[in-house]
Amino acid sequence: MKDQHGDPIEGRDIGKNLSRRSFVKIGVLAGAGLTLGVSYRVIKGPEAPPTDAVFSPSAFLRIDVDGSITVMVAKSEMGQGVATALPQLVAEELHVPLSQVSFAFAPAHPAYGTAMGGMQLTGGSTSIRDSWFPLCEAGAKARWMLREAAAQRWGLAPDQVQMNEGKALHPDGSKLTYAQLASAAALLDIPKDVPLKGPSEFRVIGTPAPRLDVPAKTTGEAIFGMDAGPSNTRVAVVARSPVFGGVLRAFDSTGALEVQGVDEVVELESGIAVVADGYVAAKEGRDLLTIEWADGEWSTLDDTEISDLLKEAADEDGATVRKEGDIDSVLTSDREQIRAAYTLPYLAHATMEPMNCTAWVRNGQCTVWAPTQFQNAPGLVGGGARQVAAKAAGVSADNTVVHTTFLGGGFGRRAEQDFVREAAELAGKVDGPVKVIWTREDDMQHDFYRPASYHDFSAVLGVDGMPEAWCHRIASQSILQRMVPSWVPDFATNWAGTSDPTSTEGAQDQPYHIPNVRVTYSKVDLPVPVGFWRSVGHTQNAFVVESFIDELADLAGQDPYEYRRELLSEHPRHRAVLDTVAEASEWASPVPGGRARGIAVAESFGSFVAEVAEISIQDGQLHVHKVWCAIDCGMVVNPAIVRAQMESGIVYGLTAALYGRINIQGGRVVQSNFHDYQMLRMRDAPDIEVILLPSQEAPGGVGEPGTPPIAPAVTNAVFALTGQRIRELPIQIV
Amino acid sequence: MVKFTLNGEPQELNVPSANPLLWVLRESLELTGTKFGCGIGQCGACMVLVNGQPTRSCQMPISAAEGSEVITIEGLSEKGAHSVQEAWVEEQVPQCGYCQSGQIVSAVALLAANPNPTDEDIDGAMSSNICRCGTYPAIRRAIHRAAGIQRQLASTDDGARGEE
Ligand code: FES
Ligand code: FES
Repeated sequence: MKDQHGDPIEGRDIGKNLSRRSFVKIGVLAGAGLTLGVSYRVIKGPEAPPTDAVFSPSAFLRIDVDGSITVMVAKSEMGQGVATALPQLVAEELHVPLSQVSFAFAPAHPAYGTAMGGMQLTGGSTSIRDSWFPLCEAGAKARWMLREAAAQRWGLAPDQVQMNEGKALHPDGSKLTYAQLASAAALLDIPKDVPLKGPSEFRVIGTPAPRLDVPAKTTGEAIFGMDAGPSNTRVAVVARSPVFGGVLRAFDSTGALEVQGVDEVVELESGIAVVADGYVAAKEGRDLLTIEWADGEWSTLDDTEISDLLKEAADEDGATVRKEGDIDSVLTSDREQIRAAYTLPYLAHATMEPMNCTAWVRNGQCTVWAPTQFQNAPGLVGGGARQVAAKAAGVSADNTVVHTTFLGGGFGRRAEQDFVREAAELAGKVDGPVKVIWTREDDMQHDFYRPASYHDFSAVLGVDGMPEAWCHRIASQSILQRMVPSWVPDFATNWAGTSDPTSTEGAQDQPYHIPNVRVTYSKVDLPVPVGFWRSVGHTQNAFVVESFIDELADLAGQDPYEYRRELLSEHPRHRAVLDTVAEASEWASPVPGGRARGIAVAESFGSFVAEVAEISIQDGQLHVHKVWCAIDCGMVVNPAIVRAQMESGIVYGLTAALYGRINIQGGRVVQSNFHDYQMLRMRDAPDIEVILLPSQEAPGGVGEPGTPPIAPAVTNAVFALTGQRIRELPIQIV
Repeated sequence: MVKFTLNGEPQELNVPSANPLLWVLRESLELTGTKFGCGIGQCGACMVLVNGQPTRSCQMPISAAEGSEVITIEGLSEKGAHSVQEAWVEEQVPQCGYCQSGQIVSAVALLAANPNPTDEDIDGAMSSNICRCGTYPAIRRAIHRAAGIQRQLASTDDGARGEE
């Protein structure tokens, strides 16, 4: 998902610059040995985690009486490795090996709000960018205080004390452990400014440290949302309107209540909950409800109507989101125009762990156990999980505690609050803790889908074959239109509502050097709920931009890699990943018989990724044998995690390219489970080779950037092999 | 009343006979390592060993477990010491982790039947388990590594026996 939290265009740029600027301070100033003066907040809330710690100079860190060091991870661990990478940042500055550090998930609390509107949110591949400075600083300040405590104990000047491997060292060789120093350190004032290490001094940052969450994830001990809550928790399964926008008219719960184990049937804002002693009874009861829905105006909506609307909208003048040169005169001249249209479907997130949330309301207190990406946002109207749950349960946010569990996948889906709201509302209406479990079918049919989109291209080539004009018209639903009003109504009012960077990212900023460019966006209003899906607008725009540039290279009679390279002369980081992946895949040498390669490059979330896919087609079946991936994500905290995220993003994007499509029929979602919404499996998974480019640039994201280039790399390979240009996903070989 | 052995311990339970083993494990027995992913036998998140065979517990009514030996992720070893779990840690397989109990159980079954699997064998045996995080390349590496660990254990065992 994205990190635009305000004006959709302004906010985006501010976010980018903020993280870049603050990083430059770390990299440059700290490297030069200067000090920093950025303060952080000490946690003071009623449920502050560090209160019983011996030493907790920051909301992000506690040292207990036994010397155990715990990093409070305020980002959600959904596989992307934050529960390891964030502790690495603290360990670096605290001068302890990572093996001495453990982690705990932070509660929902303002102390963990990011610069983006105080949101405690995991999305937009921002975790490292958000956390680098505050976590390094937390470690550095704690180490400074521990050293001060040791110096006082020994009667030395602080700079005579060395800090190493979790110990203070006296020049005479004697040692004090952090455990021995913690209570004395806790009495000291927290320093304002402490010097941070420069990159050349890093010992933990930049190493492929083993993940702290892996042991628990190989023994079944890791607690996901599905596993959380008190042992007397009851289970509810909810019936929701199958048609978008449908409302409940009447229902009969007789059959449901006859099921052994079913306790009660409760009407909710979102539907009807059947509460039982376990999942099986709750689901059986739910399925036995007799319900009359008022389907509303969308009960006949289907794919044909949607694609017609998108196509019509793209034909009309949309909002211009980029304009360079004099595109009109090139396009209206009698020179030959190259035209192409691309279409992409809705996609479901299909996190491996279906949606669920556990809540307990008692004595005016609400406790929530949620696999959520979005814990807290006191300043926003809609709020984060804490505010949403409080409101739904009818208690105050101050009396609401959110426990974040491990997330069985997120991909943007768990930044939504629907599953939290529903559980909290139900908990407010029943006695005792209750867990709402979504069936896989519920999860797939009540998602916030990657928007379907339509793309119309026209281009004119110069005599040298290089593009002289590029016009890209995009039509889709707007994610921000749905989200922004629930965040900041003022922005919604001030926002013209005609453009949406989450729909145009990767298109409005496509990097190729072309003198005349226009990119337009036509917003289409439809009732299909749309949301952030791993890499958001880049999922569609990298596919269409990287396909159409490939078409132009072909028409120009040029090699698709060399053609891109030529057009990227002012973009050295794009070029470097392209060159690297071309070299690794031996792009210039012949492909083994019956196979072909395709290439694509995309910048997203501050990182640059190029991929080459090698494919074959046998009996109409597409096989992706190998993928090479080169990434420049700036400075790296944990290269093993970066590699894993590239593999992950590639498999996620390949699944969509090969199979992903949500169909709409009768105003409802057709697909329901993995038999008709297929996932890539082991036998179809390509061999993946990832190359990390060494870089001293500001860190970029890694959770999402692996996804955008894979679809076009594969479809460009299909073209190279067969001459069939794939202009619609999922891929169909003819 | 259904009787079976779970992770080496005898169990006697009074639950509706049609309830899937998955939910009996997760709710009645509070062993939550086995996961619910799809409920229709498509994803393998719920994989357990029943008499040594990899079995989707969401598809097995508890009555069918009568008299059988069931092993879940929790019963593979003390503290993650099974060679497959070790290999999983060494190769750093899990990402979100939700599918991994099922993946590990499937891999254990594969290696028990075929101590030296080829890539094709792995494709065949592991394609009933979905990983939405795309850990497939890491799983493949880990299975080869686990096979290596098991071979090494076997040869030390043989060596030890030879000395006796
Ligand atoms: S939950 Fe049993 S196969 Fe998916
Ligand atoms: S590790 Fe997340 S689904 Fe496999």
